[in-house]
Amino acid sequence: MKQIYLDYASTTPVEEGVVKKMTDFMSFDGNFGNPASRSHSFGWKADEAVEEARNNLASLIGCDPREIIWTSGATESDNLAIKGAARFYKNKGNHLVTSKIEHKAVLDPFRQLEDEGFEVTYLEPNSLGEITVEQVADAVNEKTILVSLMHMNNELGTITDIDSIGELTRNRGIIFHVDAAQSIGKIPISMSSNKIDLLSISAHKFYGPKGVGALFVRRKPRVRLEPLFHGGGHERGFRSGTLATHQIVGLGEAARIAQQQMDEDLRKLENLKRIFWEEVKGIEEIYVNGDSKSKFPGILNISFNFVEGESLIMALKSIAVSSGSACTSASLEPSYVLRALGRKDELAHSSIRFSFGRYTTEKDVKETALIVKSSVERLREISPLWEMYQDGVDLDKIEWA
Amino acid sequence: MAYSQKVVDKFEETLNNPEKASVGRWKPGDEDFHRVGTGIVGAPACGDVMKLQIKCQNIDGENRIVDARFKTYGCGSAIASSGQLIDMLKGKTLEEAQAISNQEIVDILELPAIKIHCSVLAEEAIHRAIDDFKSLRNND
Repeated sequence: MKQIYLDYASTTPVEEGVVKKMTDFMSFDGNFGNPASRSHSFGWKADEAVEEARNNLASLIGCDPREIIWTSGATESDNLAIKGAARFYKNKGNHLVTSKIEHKAVLDPFRQLEDEGFEVTYLEPNSLGEITVEQVADAVNEKTILVSLMHMNNELGTITDIDSIGELTRNRGIIFHVDAAQSIGKIPISMSSNKIDLLSISAHKFYGPKGVGALFVRRKPRVRLEPLFHGGGHERGFRSGTLATHQIVGLGEAARIAQQQMDEDLRKLENLKRIFWEEVKGIEEIYVNGDSKSKFPGILNISFNFVEGESLIMALKSIAVSSGSACTSASLEPSYVLRALGRKDELAHSSIRFSFGRYTTEKDVKETALIVKSSVERLREISPLWEMYQDGVDLDKIEWA
Repeated sequence: MAYSQKVVDKFEETLNNPEKASVGRWKPGDEDFHRVGTGIVGAPACGDVMKLQIKCQNIDGENRIVDARFKTYGCGSAIASSGQLIDMLKGKTLEEAQAISNQEIVDILELPAIKIHCSVLAEEAIHRAIDDFKSLRNND
């Protein structure tokens, strides 16, 4: 059965051109050298390719290439930024600020830092899924050394006002880390005009390979970190370890293509989202989660009341979507992000994230909408909650066993 | 999570042909409603609600389940567990039905460990429905 892939927020396929380029950097006939080898042309050529990739990524995000550190992905970048900054600047203060809707790759390092004696404030989003600059202003104090917030939320597609928050943190002398795993290559960002100090990047979210990412570390004003890995002193000592040339080349090529295609991709996604929403909006009792004005069109998160999300995913077997976030779908807990928005547990249990991408067609979203409509209808037919709702029973007033 | 083919088949059977899978309900006013016991277990906030109804008839001095209906809100294995329970109930005496254990459902559907609570819910549902039926009897 051919499945329709609507889970681009989870991962994206690697562009064919990117794959081709990567394979040129592996075998004996290719450019397999160690970029750190200074004594021969194998090393020089590999180093050249790594630097070209660095330039491509720097161009995409508008920074100096020397501000980019290669990592194994956004999880490592988040860990390096958060733990690295907190530990380096711990003599300045012990207070840190983040939010409840961050990815686990951010929340777990903060939990670790709490064990090390840091105090962490976890901001709650408003009902639209937004963390505002006013909330950050209220949360920081003279002991705050780090604020970490995501650029685009992975479950909702909501976009944080990082420019305003950056102004605030810079004025207060606080390091500002942004997890931009979901946004890089999809929406514009300019490091030369914003005041972000550290930015996490992942290649596989923008049609690059898995297993590689980057951390932007600002040079002016200079940001320092305690490294996680100690070794050969690669990447200006921030991240030791032989560079994965083929992975880095893949990321660089994906960044180059993303920069070229961003406007076209965004227009296309706007159109797909509009078509999909037109088709499904007539379904009774559905709720869009994170209905912020500032939102990426490639992610649409909807709760279908009285239908449980996992059963809906099973019914939508020809469509690849996710319920909440893929990282937590092995657990039975409803999405912590939706709960943080103040959604009732049953609506959190009923949510599906549709995420569209570069290879999604109008036919895909129309077909999906039809299957969603019929599946919701069929699952409601077997749902006792739907039956009660139709009978006019107030479900909130029932004492559940 | 990967479900067994049995869970998938049972789920799809139920979804594709709800009437044949005994999805439905008896409601007050229906003929024979006084012979129907209802059990509702679970909670929407936990992601599972199972509603089971059994219709009983006194045959040779023993109450037997002659028909059963259900509706379930929950994950695929909760829906499959309800359907499986229904298959096991019909024709049984109340005593036999009371003795059905969740482990039988786990074994038949090959439920993964993380989904065992679905079978427990099914076991609770039949106990509730039997209790409800018996309380109706007492009210006669």
